[in-house]
Amino acid sequence: MNPLIELRGVAFGYGSFNVLDEIDLHLHPGQFVGLVGPSGAGKTSLLKLILTLLTPEEGEIQRVRPDLRITYVPQIETVDWSFPVTAEEVVLMGLDHRQNIWPWPRTRERKRAREILDRLEIGHLAGRHIRDLSGGQQQRVFLARALVADPEILVLDEPTTGVDVRSAENIFHWLTVLNKEGMTILLTTHDLNMAAAHVPWVVCLNRRIVAQGPPQEIFTEEILSDTYKGDFIVIRQDDLIFVQQRPHPHGLKEVLPDPVEGGLPNHHSVEKIV
Amino acid sequence: MDVLLAPFQYEFFRNGTIAAVLVGGLCALIGVYIVLRGMSFIGHGLSHAVFGGAVVAFILQFNFYVGAVSWGFIAALLINQTVRKTTISADAAIGVVTTASFALGVALISRYRRFSQSFDAALFGNVLGVTPTDIAVIVFVTLAATFMIFFFYKQLLFTTFNTEVAQVYGVPTVWIETWFALILAAVIIAAVQIMGVTMIGAALVVPPITVRLLTDSFHRLMIYSTILGAVTGLVGMYLSFYVDVSSGASIVLLQSILFCIALFYVAKIRKRRQLVETPVYGPT
Repeated sequence: MNPLIELRGVAFGYGSFNVLDEIDLHLHPGQFVGLVGPSGAGKTSLLKLILTLLTPEEGEIQRVRPDLRITYVPQIETVDWSFPVTAEEVVLMGLDHRQNIWPWPRTRERKRAREILDRLEIGHLAGRHIRDLSGGQQQRVFLARALVADPEILVLDEPTTGVDVRSAENIFHWLTVLNKEGMTILLTTHDLNMAAAHVPWVVCLNRRIVAQGPPQEIFTEEILSDTYKGDFIVIRQDDLIFVQQRPHPHGLKEVLPDPVEGGLPNHHSVEKIV
Repeated sequence: MDVLLAPFQYEFFRNGTIAAVLVGGLCALIGVYIVLRGMSFIGHGLSHAVFGGAVVAFILQFNFYVGAVSWGFIAALLINQTVRKTTISADAAIGVVTTASFALGVALISRYRRFSQSFDAALFGNVLGVTPTDIAVIVFVTLAATFMIFFFYKQLLFTTFNTEVAQVYGVPTVWIETWFALILAAVIIAAVQIMGVTMIGAALVVPPITVRLLTDSFHRLMIYSTILGAVTGLVGMYLSFYVDVSSGASIVLLQSILFCIALFYVAKIRKRRQLVETPVYGPT
């Protein structure tokens, strides 16, 4: 089966600063791929190259068809939360504007938007201003906007940043369901445990692709240390993988006075110890 | 009633009022997008750039609109391209392009002092000079801007909300932004005679931010902002007539007073809500 998107020898940088180098990546139909790596590893730049928002300096990016339908859920930090739009209006933005030249949505367009909001269990919030929603609900509104366009590939940039653990689990649950229905998904995440639990194919990125494969094979102390340039502990139990960065050896814990014997640490003692 | 109708016996007031209502509404409508994009300074800047073009046109003995339109469009495109293709922010690009243009106008005026008087009207607004040609230009620009906003409402909304994401969803953002910059330049040129270079920035920004205080709905913001701009244009003309101050200043002052009232009203409502929502702890 031909890949939907194929990157060959892609390199990209901002000015003289090289962000990505020698990227070879295939995205096949029905795949669910997670990009992990430290901040500044080039994850968002790689997504933007795939979305054609950036142009590679070297190499090439091929799409299986020029009219491939790709939708994008950006990082939540990039959204202007004071912008005067409701959840439903955000979802309606995702529709193909060439199908309806009038400023107002057709009945069937509103119905479609409402169906998707209902499916993501936020239909009752359609008329709310986006600022008045919780982090998880906001993320689902932007997921709904991506889904209303009926994409072949869904691209998400850190979909669980800024949301609580339950909401993050919920978002990954929805992505898993969508993937099971045949949608191709590509996302970036800092949540290694969520990626280990839900994402079948992980790409470790730090300017170059360090490793890629199923999390059971990829999430090892060596590969993660190589990717993040830090020490990691990987615990495996049954089919589950837990990843934790090893705490810094110079923690305050060792040198602070005993809370009972030495009293509570004050500003002076902390400053002196550090 | 006589107070309201009496000024209409003068042709200059009739022409001026038609122009002020259209320009007030138009600036307030376009201003919604400007405010939401965080480019409030662009109206102020572009009007100054247009002034430079008007002076050059006067010296070269071109028609005012030829000089102002070409200068305004070039300035708008320069700002747009600078922001898109470099890391320079919008406010810095506006500052450089438009101030340089205004400085050119000032330099030429100081060199050829004999016509400085006629540019007072361009700087501060003057309804006495509104001609049928000016009204025709304002009507044309109003129709063009309304057409664009009506038929590209959704694309403009998405581009204003998040340009980069809109591009991914197939919105031709480069085209939309370029056309919007050109329409904005046209609106400013059409408004110069009534509002004056120094007041256009406020006419673009004050009505939308006033209505923004009162609504969280985008389409209501557009409708009410336009109505507020048109109504303050009309009332401002009466003030200008009876108090004998420049039309641009009276319209902007009126808009600013309404903004202060809206601000006060919203602060009071918020305080009342806080009082209602603050839980009272005590024996149960």
